[in-house]
Amino acid sequence: MTVATFFFYLFSAVMIASAFLVITARNPVHSVLFLILAFVNAAGLFVLLGAEFLAMILIVVYVGAVAVLFLFVVMMLDVDFAELKQGFLQYLPIGATIGGIVLVELAFVLGSWTLGTVETAHVPTPTPHGLSNTAALGNVLYTQYFYPFEAAGLVLLTAMIGAIVLTLQHKVGVKRQSIAAQNARSGKETVELKKVPSRAGL
Amino acid sequence: MDWVLPLLLMLIKSVVLIVALLIYIAYVLYADRKIWAAVQLRRGPNVVGPWGLFQSFADMLKFVFKEPVIPDGANKGVFLLAPFVMGLLSLAAWAVIPIDAGWAIANINVGILYIFAISSLSVYGIIMGGWASNSKYPFLSALRSAAQMVSYEVSIGFVMITVLLCVGSLNLSDIVKAQDTRLGLFGWYWLPLFPMFVIFFISALAETNRPPFDLVEAESELVAGFMVEYSSTPYMLFMLAEYVAIITMCAMTTILFLGGWLSPIPFAPFTWVPGAIWFILKVSAVFFMFAMAKAIVPRYRYDQLMRLGWKVFLPISIFMVVAVAGVLQLTGWGGVMAQ
Repeated sequence: MTVATFFFYLFSAVMIASAFLVITARNPVHSVLFLILAFVNAAGLFVLLGAEFLAMILIVVYVGAVAVLFLFVVMMLDVDFAELKQGFLQYLPIGATIGGIVLVELAFVLGSWTLGTVETAHVPTPTPHGLSNTAALGNVLYTQYFYPFEAAGLVLLTAMIGAIVLTLQHKVGVKRQSIAAQNARSGKETVELKKVPSRAGL
Repeated sequence: MDWVLPLLLMLIKSVVLIVALLIYIAYVLYADRKIWAAVQLRRGPNVVGPWGLFQSFADMLKFVFKEPVIPDGANKGVFLLAPFVMGLLSLAAWAVIPIDAGWAIANINVGILYIFAISSLSVYGIIMGGWASNSKYPFLSALRSAAQMVSYEVSIGFVMITVLLCVGSLNLSDIVKAQDTRLGLFGWYWLPLFPMFVIFFISALAETNRPPFDLVEAESELVAGFMVEYSSTPYMLFMLAEYVAIITMCAMTTILFLGGWLSPIPFAPFTWVPGAIWFILKVSAVFFMFAMAKAIVPRYRYDQLMRLGWKVFLPISIFMVVAVAGVLQLTGWGGVMAQ
């Protein structure tokens, strides 16, 4: 067993175990922490595949930003999970049916799926030799897939502006600091030096 | 079994690096307190050992031998996990930092992204510690800190992108090599990218929760921030992680803008000095700036901090990315290492 195989099984096992614990953990904060562990292990698998750029981006974006917001929300919301789980048995038949159908579908799809010569020939863009991961990705992303990439960027920008518009409120009657007005003040009009006569005061 | 020897070599290298780093941190801590004291016309630590040189080690022993107190309402597992996560992550960043030409433990292609990823992870130590303490001050502090670190990461990311555009590689050693010109100290990126250098320095202060941005442990408001409930060794791990993160940011400033291990004057007597010495000198000089900022700048208010991050640094750095990319495209100077 090589080192790479060992790490593959290590990352996979930890990832599956933590993914399982995400849905079984009683405490929602623990669930999110297990989700983060699953993300980090997925990044480890990407590194083993030689996709180190994707691995690092996965950590920066999902773990460093998205999961932080998850954690925030879960910590702040006072969710009573005992109440949520009360109806669990009631909905179990429907849930089990849907789960079973998805499982059977997956089994059919994966069972009949083989990697033929036609499929390997159609792998969109093979990684060029002697080029680093990041450079190879950039070459494809900004030439061949330029329009889809920019479109995705625009969709994200719209979502971002939408979120800001929905939450931005201008309250009246709130004291605000105007930095420009403060910086525009000169020393002469704000500070006054006075000679105070002894025993007389001002 | 041909992988045993490289593995063993890597282990030995890592242990040597960690021990050297920890001894350096001990004296950085001492220097921090001494500089702060000197600015305030105090003496600072001067009792343990000659000129107080063993103060940090005495502090360490004190922390280790005290009793760790775990609050009754705390979430015990997460409470104890948080300082270990912090300590581990802050030390992990040093795996890719090149101290001299070829002296990095792992000279990976995405070195700078790795550092960025690790530093974005370290926010979890703070959130976990703050939440698991089950107390209001640590929790408030954890929320503040997370928002602060996430905000300033954005501008740090853009600053890194401008440097990467000039270099054309994400490898930290390549970034240093790209600054190796005949101009010496004037060929380093602090001069052409001076506004980014300033933004990076200030963002680094905010990212490591150093004063004037230490709202995480603003003692007048939050007692001691997310560490209120911690004592003994877990507290020491938080403290250690904080200082390792500070030195990591100093090292990043050195690599990105101050030419890493390169000699500032590029001819004979100065180039004989080993690169590691130049690197340590530069890191120490940047840390001196960190310590002076702590001593002379009053603490920011929280809304001012957010304003600075989002309304000042972010537009400037986005503009600079566009401007630098435009200049490099027109002149063909960019991507030194990619050509």
